[in-house]
Amino acid sequence: MEAVFSEGDDTVQISARRHDKTTIFDLSGDIDFANSPVVRDSVLREIRESRTPRVVVNLSQVRYMDSSGVAFLVEGLKASRDLGFRFILVGLTTSTREVLQLSRLIKVFEVYDNEDQAMAS
Amino acid sequence: MLTLYSNPKWLSVARAAVERLAEVVGFPVEQCRSITRAVDEALTNIVRHSYSNRFDQPIAMYFRRAQRRHDGQVQQGLEILLCDRGPAVDPSKFQGRPLEEIRPGGLGLHFIQQAMDTVEFTRKGSTNRLCLVKYLAHGSSVL
Repeated sequence: MEAVFSEGDDTVQISARRHDKTTIFDLSGDIDFANSPVVRDSVLREIRESRTPRVVVNLSQVRYMDSSGVAFLVEGLKASRDLGFRFILVGLTTSTREVLQLSRLIKVFEVYDNEDQAMAS
Repeated sequence: MLTLYSNPKWLSVARAAVERLAEVVGFPVEQCRSITRAVDEALTNIVRHSYSNRFDQPIAMYFRRAQRRHDGQVQQGLEILLCDRGPAVDPSKFQGRPLEEIRPGGLGLHFIQQAMDTVEFTRKGSTNRLCLVKYLAHGSSVL
């Protein structure tokens, strides 16, 4: 397991690690209009630079996500697909699942309960 | 009343206040989350569209009890009024994107409309006023 980066502020933390041709992003805190541009830029940059065929976003520590957070996930999905990579969400919390369901976007994502399931998929 | 600047760093503070208020008023947990989400998205829209991402502009939030007759019964609720001093907005432009489209953006209005029973925009003098109301289920009232 290789730690790639870790950054954030008072409200959100984002880190990335690489394991077995997979880049795993761990997000925690609140993803809102104040910080989603930073989260978005970090994730998209890492997807393009790491070029691992599988990208996993771990949302298990995300307390809140607004529509800009949903937008960043859609952008991550599109960027991954453009490169021929899989883009997987794991550990959806009540809040993150709600916004993905309300936006009717949950069905476009590959979703697993946890990281182990995603790695085995 | 709560007054804040249009800096997005205050969004988390506003969310905390609204979620706690909704809890105290008596909304179930799921509705506390959806009301909080609606206010957060409305504040974000003010920052982005009314104030064009200027972070030093005033936003006032007023909270008061609401009441209506529904199905022959009096229903209590919570009214949240958001006021900003941005330029007049054309309400006809308040349209979210079709949910069938898979693309980023345009979801905030859907979250607001999904959460609230009433969403009403008015312009009064030099102030944009967005009034959001959510009613409690019959028989629920802590106000």
